[in-house]
Amino acid sequence: MTHKVVSVKTYALIFAALIALTITTVGVSKLELGEYNFICAMTIAVIKGALVVAFFMDVRRSSSLTKLFVGAGFFWLAILLVFVLSDYLSRGWLPRPGWWS
Amino acid sequence: MDATLPAAPAHSAELKHHFDDAAQQMESSTLGMWVFLLTEIMFFGGMFGGYTVYRNMYPEAFASTSHFMNVTIGAINTGVLICSSFTMVLAVRSAQLGQKKAIIAFLILTLILGCVFLGLKGVEYHEKWVEHHVPGPSFQYEDAQYVHQAQILFFLYFAMTGMHAMHMIVGAGLLTTLIVMAARNRFSAHWYTPVEMIGLYWHFVDIVWIFLFPLLYLIGHTS
Repeated sequence: MTHKVVSVKTYALIFAALIALTITTVGVSKLELGEYNFICAMTIAVIKGALVVAFFMDVRRSSSLTKLFVGAGFFWLAILLVFVLSDYLSRGWLPRPGWWS
Repeated sequence: MDATLPAAPAHSAELKHHFDDAAQQMESSTLGMWVFLLTEIMFFGGMFGGYTVYRNMYPEAFASTSHFMNVTIGAINTGVLICSSFTMVLAVRSAQLGQKKAIIAFLILTLILGCVFLGLKGVEYHEKWVEHHVPGPSFQYEDAQYVHQAQILFFLYFAMTGMHAMHMIVGAGLLTTLIVMAARNRFSAHWYTPVEMIGLYWHFVDIVWIFLFPLLYLIGHTS
């Protein structure tokens, strides 16, 4: 309405990138990379998600207020995951005191 | 006295009187839709959080379950959903250009792709049912030492993919509504807000699957 219409070519490029990344993530999962399997899979998923949010959901051309809300949503999700993991991952890092039965 | 009042702006039927102009009305709709999607991020985030905690507690048991996930169907379904997001964005683009026939065609394509996804999901659920991998009294697991822990993973699998499939079914209903509205000439290049908002919803459901696919199907595949 207030924006210029995006060309089909741009959308087709994003679509091709998403399909290519899907093939990449399946291919990488067949390699023995230890913990890097998880890191690679999540990195690719984050890139794909970011492409969908920026281009298909058109957040890159949305108002600053919408961008702030979107950012706040993912920030709150990060709070949830980081605080939960900071508890579970750090358990057992310190020895229990002797009086702890 | 009346003469000092500004003249009331001429409002079209689509523009509600409490908005200044169409751009402001669109902006409010977009923001409102995103607020709803944020609650959805939190909703799925809780399940992703639960999954992360249990995966961290029982890494070997969770890795052993990935051999029973159908990666082929999972990968095809990822492709199908990405295709449906592409047709959805083309439907929104057609709406911006006011091309009625193209809107309907792309929405129908999106709906068909969504149904293909759900059909393949049904095939997968049937496999799990036959293999006794549905949590409950009939649950059996090939590796006896992990039987309880694997059941937690399959519970999470059905909860997360099940809630995702529920969102797909809701999305299919919304797409059907849009197709009917488009066929009744409800949209124009000046007003197509529902197409754009349901597009946002559809892409969000796609993003949830983009994260579910590697977490449930791919990680631990090699170990």
